[in-house]
Amino acid sequence: MESHVLDTSLRWIVLVPLLGAALNGLLLRRMPRRAAGLLACAAVGAAFLLSVAAVVRLAGLEPHHRLLADSLGTWLDVAGVRVELGFAMDQLSAVMALVVTGVGFLIHVYSLGYMAHDPGYNRFFTYLNLFIFAMMMLVLGENLVMLFVGWEGVGLCSYLLISFWFNEEANAAAGKKAFIVNRIGDFGFLLGMFVLGAALLPHLGGGEGVFSFRTIAAHTHELVPWATAIGLLLFLGAAGKSAQIPLYVWLPDAMAGPTPVSALIHAATMVTAGVYMIARMNMVYVLSPAAMTVVAVVGAVTALFAATIALTQNDIKKVLAYSTVSQLGYMMLACGVGAFAAGIFHVMTHAFFKALLFLGAGSVIHAMGGEQDLRLMGGLRRKLPVTWPTFLIGTVALAGVFPFAGFFSKDEILWKAFSEGNPGLWLVGFLGAGLTAFYMMRLVVLTFFGDNRASEEVRHHVHESPATMTAPLAILAALSVVGGWLGWPHFLGGANRFEQWLAPVFAAGAGGHGASAHDAVTHAAASTEWLLAAASLSLALLGLYAGYRAYAGRATLAGKLHAFAGGRPHRVLLNKYYVDEGYEASLVRPGYALSDRVLFRAVDTGLIDGLLVNGSALLVSITSALLRLFQNGKLRFYAYVFALGAAAFVLYLALTT
Amino acid sequence: MAFITDHILTWVAFAPALGAVLVLAAGRTPGTARRLALGAALVDFVLSLHLLRYFETGNGADQFVEHAPWLAGGKIAYSLGLDGVSLWLVLLTTFLGPLVILSAWRAIAERVREAMAFLLLLQTAMIGTFLARDMLLFYVFWEAMLIPMYFLIGIWGGERRVYAAVKFFLFTMVGSVFMLVAILWCYQQAGSMALADFLQLELSRGQQSWLFAAFALAFAIKVPLFPFHTWLPDAHVEAPTAGSVILAGILLKMGTYGLLRFAIPLFPEAALALGPWLAWLAVIGIVYGALVAMVQQDVKKLVAYSSVSHLGFVVLGLFSLTTTGAAGGVVQMLAHGLSTGALFLLVGIIYERRHTRMIAEFGGLAHAMPRFAAVFLFVTLASIGLPGLCGFTGEFLILFGTFGSGLLPHARLLTALAATGVVLGAIYMLWMYQRVFLGKLGERNRGLPDLSPREWAVLLPILVMIVALGVHPAPLLERLEPSLERILAPVAALRQTESTYGLAAGMPADRPAAAVAALKGDR
Repeated sequence: MESHVLDTSLRWIVLVPLLGAALNGLLLRRMPRRAAGLLACAAVGAAFLLSVAAVVRLAGLEPHHRLLADSLGTWLDVAGVRVELGFAMDQLSAVMALVVTGVGFLIHVYSLGYMAHDPGYNRFFTYLNLFIFAMMMLVLGENLVMLFVGWEGVGLCSYLLISFWFNEEANAAAGKKAFIVNRIGDFGFLLGMFVLGAALLPHLGGGEGVFSFRTIAAHTHELVPWATAIGLLLFLGAAGKSAQIPLYVWLPDAMAGPTPVSALIHAATMVTAGVYMIARMNMVYVLSPAAMTVVAVVGAVTALFAATIALTQNDIKKVLAYSTVSQLGYMMLACGVGAFAAGIFHVMTHAFFKALLFLGAGSVIHAMGGEQDLRLMGGLRRKLPVTWPTFLIGTVALAGVFPFAGFFSKDEILWKAFSEGNPGLWLVGFLGAGLTAFYMMRLVVLTFFGDNRASEEVRHHVHESPATMTAPLAILAALSVVGGWLGWPHFLGGANRFEQWLAPVFAAGAGGHGASAHDAVTHAAASTEWLLAAASLSLALLGLYAGYRAYAGRATLAGKLHAFAGGRPHRVLLNKYYVDEGYEASLVRPGYALSDRVLFRAVDTGLIDGLLVNGSALLVSITSALLRLFQNGKLRFYAYVFALGAAAFVLYLALTT
Repeated sequence: MAFITDHILTWVAFAPALGAVLVLAAGRTPGTARRLALGAALVDFVLSLHLLRYFETGNGADQFVEHAPWLAGGKIAYSLGLDGVSLWLVLLTTFLGPLVILSAWRAIAERVREAMAFLLLLQTAMIGTFLARDMLLFYVFWEAMLIPMYFLIGIWGGERRVYAAVKFFLFTMVGSVFMLVAILWCYQQAGSMALADFLQLELSRGQQSWLFAAFALAFAIKVPLFPFHTWLPDAHVEAPTAGSVILAGILLKMGTYGLLRFAIPLFPEAALALGPWLAWLAVIGIVYGALVAMVQQDVKKLVAYSSVSHLGFVVLGLFSLTTTGAAGGVVQMLAHGLSTGALFLLVGIIYERRHTRMIAEFGGLAHAMPRFAAVFLFVTLASIGLPGLCGFTGEFLILFGTFGSGLLPHARLLTALAATGVVLGAIYMLWMYQRVFLGKLGERNRGLPDLSPREWAVLLPILVMIVALGVHPAPLLERLEPSLERILAPVAALRQTESTYGLAAGMPADRPAAAVAALKGDR
């Protein structure tokens, strides 16, 4: 068994945000708003500082022995099924912990301003703290069950925060939809966990936690026959949480929540949990080329598919939401081709620039008095001196322009898709990248260029957001510039420190993509990598330019695009390929009709209760009513019946003998 | 105190009955009757804590045993015992007892004295059922439960209370009659009514099948297992809140307890052969109950059908015939008792305010009653198995225990079908929650008062236990496991040669190694 260092600070990273939520939600409900917000920020800030300290300690250890562990005892231990309430931090958890608490802290601060006038202020911060707690449970859990506890916990917080403004029925419905679609994924997660556990359990010695990641890593050979099943079932869970085809439908609706929530939960952190889980389970995935292929293909297709929808959406948050679905597809693609480190790299850079873009969008919405329709915006460049440049930085970072963060991670993914996967996967990702640049520029132009198309009154009130909101924008913008430099690739003369840092986690599995990557770069490969990088950079710039040309000025080009082929393609994209309608017609309504008309009315009320239960009761009462006729108390009737019976008996005897 | 501690089981079982006598004798005003009843239930709870305190962990046998000859020269005895399974079910009963009485404080305003006496008598019968180790004694307690419940529904129930009470009574009676015949037949063979002697019987496979069927029918009706469930929605809808809480919280567990305590260990071969049928009915019930719950218009009926679904999980866990699955089954019994008990309490609270339970009458209640809405959501989450709360612990163990069971054919398919209940549960509960609590607040629901201190006092202990069972089930399982192993030992003995848990059964031993080698070569 690997050595590890006990570190009781891990529990506090998890529990301090819970404490914040408990104080705000239960004990100090009547606290002044300002204090509640600051308390919540302090709780996440403390978790961030504790994480930094833990990561520093972790970095001080030998690369292959980097593991901090902590335990709060045994959750359960019955018939050999042992599950620890344990936490562990390795290089992968370290990255996630820093991103979640760091970006989480910035978004808490931003929310101080954004939610300042909301009546549900304290409740909002309670949920936000609760989310950080669950998310830290997810990334620091030392076994699959703990991960699942966090997984469901973040799902709950997502539900609570999407339907935060529950006065609107639509928001409540969106929250419920998110929870239920995620539960479909959890169905797969649970079964995947069971296959894994049932396969391992007979082979374990005493004291080994059956779902512990260390146990799994130590017993991978027992899992070989089951790896495909485990991988595919767990991927169903990941597809729910990380919004992949066919379970992505909840994420766009999740934009019903307050914008900081969209930034924190539905862009930067929670939705990447599926990617994290697959990276965490890399030792099982590498055993199954089939499962890996499914992950890669679904990721690539989702990346392109969602990007096409983002081209046409008119709600500023919906564009960003489909963009998130698309970017999560890239992360899945990376995992599917075995480039787990590249996937996690994109998780990190995406957290920076997508949080930036959502918070920027929030600032825009704030300025526009709640308006989210791009068709009613425009010309905000001069009115929003901080939001505008930071939003632009986020855009070019997402589009993948050198040297912004997105360039490095996306390029790494595309390169790995090409070299470890196949050119087809690369091409799909490559096309998606072009569309990304285009739709983001469209968004920028419609929001910040041209004339403002809002009503006179709205236009009059446009103002830049307060410092609590703009300061996080500035910090995230800085991270969106430099964040990618951690993974400066070899072919550009860097050392890809990010990949090196994660290498021990992903080398433990089998093939050791991570470990072998930096010495495997040959000259021929390097020149191909150069070529592909140049191609994707050119495509990004072309996409940005095209987006600008199409929507800036009099926008005649845009009109032509919309009218292309009779406007049908545009209409299909605008209606998101009618997927929601398809689900409604094929699953939701038939499911309800079956339950109501067939099961409840026909089977339950009609057959079982009506025919069988009350029917037999009726039979009994009819029989007894008939029998009662004979018991009428008239002596002469009895004598008559008696005589008749005796005669019949005698007749019977006479006939049979 | 020795005269109490030496006969602690008798005291725990009969303290409520003494309380009932006291209530009838001295409860002249409704207030006195209520306070006396609450006092008796609290005393019983304190007495039952003695069991927890002195229960010997690691010992799977009956503890605190009491034995006295009763009839037929001692062949029939007053015999009580408590193992890990009975321990938790008795504690659940004594824990819910005072809360149920407190919940009926205002809701039952007529003939308070009788109602309180019936509630206490019912508690004695239920505890007795969990403790009896003599089959006739068990049967007496089992039937004795019917009478107070019949009156609770029939007198203090809703509009169709008489129909519901009779239906409840007849359903249970029909099943019990077959069980009585089976018990008498075994008595002939064993020469005594002691459970221990019944366990020694050497029965042929055919005899076991008939006896198992007779027992299982009685228990399946009580659970209730699909398709014997139609008495439950009626009974729940018509019963007063206190009755519903007891019904869901404890009475339904009599069926699953009976299966575990008697049907499985007494007739192990039949349990192996016929158990799969029950497992399939259980899984059908999980899915069917959830789908039917989804389309209900009445919140109480929805919760009633959700019980069919949840109890299906319990039966599935028991007939996995693995310790893990059975442990999950017992945990789920407790979890369901807490969460569904709480749901009925909550439905009762809203009914007292609005005198309706129709979902369409509500909407936006979270605006008017934010705390009530928060508690309701919390219990909803426990009910749909959110990790960290009680429902998850049970479901997880049941499904995991069943998945790898080597004693249940098609175990993996059954688990997969059952696991859809995880999705369906979220659908019907959250949809109901949305329609009742979210959205805009209608005129009719404006100004409804939020939870009162008395209502908090009823709910808070349950909420605490819901968390405790979710976060820290280890102490419970520790005391449970040895008893379950003992109960399942006759079944395990039949399959000594094969492994009872895992997936690798039947796979060539060299295949994994070869596959690893092949994979490594690939890369």
